[in-house]
Amino acid sequence: MRKQKFDMTSWLLLLPALFAFVMVIIIPFIMGILYSFTDWSSRPQPDGMQVVGLLNYLETFKDPSFLYSFIVTTVYTALNMLIINVVAFILALLVTSNIKFKHAYRVGFFLPNLIGGLILGYIWQFIFNIVVPNLPLITELIPAIQNPANYILAERNSALMAIVIAGSWQYAGYIMMIYVAAIISVPGELFEAAKIDGAGPWMQLRTIIIPMTAQAFTVTLFLTLVQSFKQYDVNVSLTGGGPATTFMEKSILGTELLAMNIYNTAFKANQLAQSQARAVIFFLVLAVISTFQVRANKKQEIEL
Amino acid sequence: MADQHTQFQKTGVQAKKLRQTRETRAKTGLIGLEIITALLFLVTLFPIFLVLINSGKTAFSVTASPLTLPEDWLQIFRNMKTIWVDPNIQYGSSFYSSLLITVFSVGAIILISAQAAWVLVRSKTRIAAFLFMMFVAAMTIPFQIVMLPLVQWFRILGDFIGFRLLRTYPGMILSYMGFGMSLSIFLYHGFIKGIPYELEEAAIIDGASRVGTFYQIVFPLLKPITATVMILNGIWIWNDYLLPLLILGKGNRIQTIPLAVANFAGAYVKQWDLILTAILMAMIPVIIVFLIAQKQIIKGMVAGSIK
Repeated sequence: MRKQKFDMTSWLLLLPALFAFVMVIIIPFIMGILYSFTDWSSRPQPDGMQVVGLLNYLETFKDPSFLYSFIVTTVYTALNMLIINVVAFILALLVTSNIKFKHAYRVGFFLPNLIGGLILGYIWQFIFNIVVPNLPLITELIPAIQNPANYILAERNSALMAIVIAGSWQYAGYIMMIYVAAIISVPGELFEAAKIDGAGPWMQLRTIIIPMTAQAFTVTLFLTLVQSFKQYDVNVSLTGGGPATTFMEKSILGTELLAMNIYNTAFKANQLAQSQARAVIFFLVLAVISTFQVRANKKQEIEL
Repeated sequence: MADQHTQFQKTGVQAKKLRQTRETRAKTGLIGLEIITALLFLVTLFPIFLVLINSGKTAFSVTASPLTLPEDWLQIFRNMKTIWVDPNIQYGSSFYSSLLITVFSVGAIILISAQAAWVLVRSKTRIAAFLFMMFVAAMTIPFQIVMLPLVQWFRILGDFIGFRLLRTYPGMILSYMGFGMSLSIFLYHGFIKGIPYELEEAAIIDGASRVGTFYQIVFPLLKPITATVMILNGIWIWNDYLLPLLILGKGNRIQTIPLAVANFAGAYVKQWDLILTAILMAMIPVIIVFLIAQKQIIKGMVAGSIK
């Protein structure tokens, strides 16, 4: 069987894809790396751009707001990954059990995933700022919560938790569907055999479901890791980076995740080159941890 | 003999009893699971319910009693009318822009990715392997690293060749093509590998051209994966905020729904009755489409993620 050769027609069919790729990814990517070594700025530069070497990178590592963002993003990612995956796995077990209305439940849990991060952040801002201080149960237990200074979004740690809650609400249903697909594809005979051997639900979970869905875990952990690390939309509309706090004797934003830090460096501080250097670091970190994560999980799969 | 017989009977009865208790226990367990799931379901949908009931209120009653049902449901239509005519959100034109951008971007992504993936699968040359690897590797590039240079690059093109991409539909659509094609080529590539080559050979023998073979024979066969590509990209593009913010900017003639909602919420801080109505109106089209095609949407999104 002869395969097609790589001729004029091939290039013609590839052309639109190559054109979009070069215009939108290749050129900006190369420009982006080059710009990170200059003093590129949105202010007028009469002498043009100057090459400054590694200065932007050195300044980035000296900036408390970047270091703080880095720590907060790591904490956020860890919490978000944990909560999304635990909730999603439990939901998946529930909607693959023998309960009634399974299909309707799946649809319902999945629904928040269709609401974009920006809009979803406003919904949760409303809940944390207006609904929670009005919940009779909560106001009786903690009367102080009615004071705007004590709102969930007014304090750094609880505001970060708020982003985790909103992010989990958005993403858990999607991750649940991946677990559902994995659990459904486990051969039914395994459960039959386990039941005959007298294995209870807990035993079946440990010895059949978890090992048989190990591959799904690689995918879901990777997706939640990358999704959390890149979080921007919910961050913008839910907290806008606030509340203000101090870190290393500098006043900074308490829930400014990395993606937002990069955006704000460019557009609020007008430091385009500085922002570009941060984006390059962001890219490298993301590449390293995602490769590491996938490799670690693959190893697990083989052992099981 | 008789002794043994009663013994058997006894164990038989015991086994039956044991089975019965196990069954009743399983049944009560199942009811427990049903209650837990129903509660989680209500908790999940509660935020959407809150948006709905508070869209039917005035600013004062939203902040005073966000948990009660509206006194006058007709308020929901008065609020919607306010949103409809508001110059910040320009609902009609924003909806039109979002729809146009989503439809054309998704359509373009499908066409360019499908034909590119087909060429890359069918030609077993080193250059094809390299191009495929390059397209797929781009998936790991976070948007942040290209966002500022992309705007700069579009500005340069506009200033020097007059190819206007900032604040225009072509700029938006081209950007989505570039960012959407990596995953799409990857998905198509995997799918096309499973299609037997003999079908195409037969068409070529019958005198069809290469391009003709693709569009008449191969492309219709790609329907299932095209659905996935369409859904994944459609949901992402419809809800995207950062790219339109950079390419279209705030408060310009062309704005998408997420941009419009952000614009509106910024202008009406604390006017929760109207912000929630704007949110409701942004969600309604998505929820309608979802309820009509939920099976395909869920299948399409999951198929894309487990490969």
